[in-house]
Amino acid sequence: MSANSGGSTTGRGEEIGLWAGCVAQVRRELKIARRRGGDLVNPLMFLALVVVLFPLGISPEPDLLASVAPGLLWVAALLAMLLSLDGLFRGDHEDGSLEQMLLSPLPLPVLCLAKVVVHWLLTGLPLALCAPLLGVLLALPGAGYLALMLSLALGTATLSLIGAIGAALTVGLPRGGVLLSLLVLPLYIPVLIFGAGAVKAAIEGGMAGPALALLGALLALALAAAPFAIAGGLRISVNG
Amino acid sequence: MAVKVSLRASRLACERDDRWLFRALDLRVEDGDILRIEGANGSGKTTLLKLLTGQLPPTEGRIEWHGEPLARSREAFLSQLLYVGHAPGVSAALTAQENLAWAAAMAGVRAPVPDLERALEAVGLAGFEDIPARQLSAGQRRRIALARLELVPRPLWILDEPFTAIDREGVAWLERRLVAHGDAGGAVVMTTHHTFHANGRVDSLLLGEAA
Repeated sequence: MSANSGGSTTGRGEEIGLWAGCVAQVRRELKIARRRGGDLVNPLMFLALVVVLFPLGISPEPDLLASVAPGLLWVAALLAMLLSLDGLFRGDHEDGSLEQMLLSPLPLPVLCLAKVVVHWLLTGLPLALCAPLLGVLLALPGAGYLALMLSLALGTATLSLIGAIGAALTVGLPRGGVLLSLLVLPLYIPVLIFGAGAVKAAIEGGMAGPALALLGALLALALAAAPFAIAGGLRISVNG
Repeated sequence: MAVKVSLRASRLACERDDRWLFRALDLRVEDGDILRIEGANGSGKTTLLKLLTGQLPPTEGRIEWHGEPLARSREAFLSQLLYVGHAPGVSAALTAQENLAWAAAMAGVRAPVPDLERALEAVGLAGFEDIPARQLSAGQRRRIALARLELVPRPLWILDEPFTAIDREGVAWLERRLVAHGDAGGAVVMTTHHTFHANGRVDSLLLGEAA
């Protein structure tokens, strides 16, 4: 315990760039997610349960299942994403880490973007990768698998970004979950329409390209605008 | 040497839930100052710190950093500020060292492992580097947050109840550390009920009566 280290005002503590800050943020999120473990599997479990139970509740007829498969997989994936969003900033808010982020000299939108990227890597991407397996359970025709994976990969990234805005706005509320759903669901609808549309088009022998392109455009728009909205939302709700 | 810290608040007023927490508050913090903000619970100590760090806009009055309004010089201000809030900003899932490394990155400072270890040792956490904060006591978590004082060189420290939860030895260390920071030309603003050993060194601001 030395009180005389005196370095508090000298040249120690070389500055780092924005990139290093992002890397630190990403590594922190990955570590926290790894140690929480269970939260990672939840969205996948949800998707799997819906897909497994659906044929039991409706009918195991392959034709019927094949016709609802694109929409069903997409709706289930969208709800799975929604479920995972509530906790996105909550832990950080409770332990004070969010305050440190807000008072960082690094730009907040970029730090938020790093957080959202990790969220997508740990929820959206696994959903996109596992969806073909679940497609088999729903007798999804072979032509739809590639479009399913691509549309989910693109679409869930948009869902993560949009959802993070809602999570940021509701982080200060004791039970923000319901409000979060109400806030972001209307914004999720275009993603759902084009996502399910891409898969359906591929199955029916049409082109999935246009719908996928639109999903890509939505993602580009969300990437450009959402980080600022997330940062603004956080500032509002932390000081509310 | 150029003045590093010049934080000035004039005619500051804050209203919360239709109640004035304080009105017409004037305050000035410059190099070498140690300012203690006192007041009863609910008198607005933490709110004042939030105003001073630009997290909340004041209802009335202005806050200036080197003569510029705080909102306009935000980036320059944040790169000179070290803030330890009411919640220590320590994630329970991460180890002491990981927490500190992240905090340094958020402050925009490079922190190689030897520096992290030295900072943790300075706050009495040598040997606890790799233990998740979940398994540490409240006082030890607070010490992880305080290790930033050793690691991140910033002239202005704004600390919310830094003496909470730490033991007597830790209090003595922190007191010495704060005075040393002031003597080295840094400035400290904190809320606390703690009475300093070297009390003559500390200016006090009492909230809740002048209002």
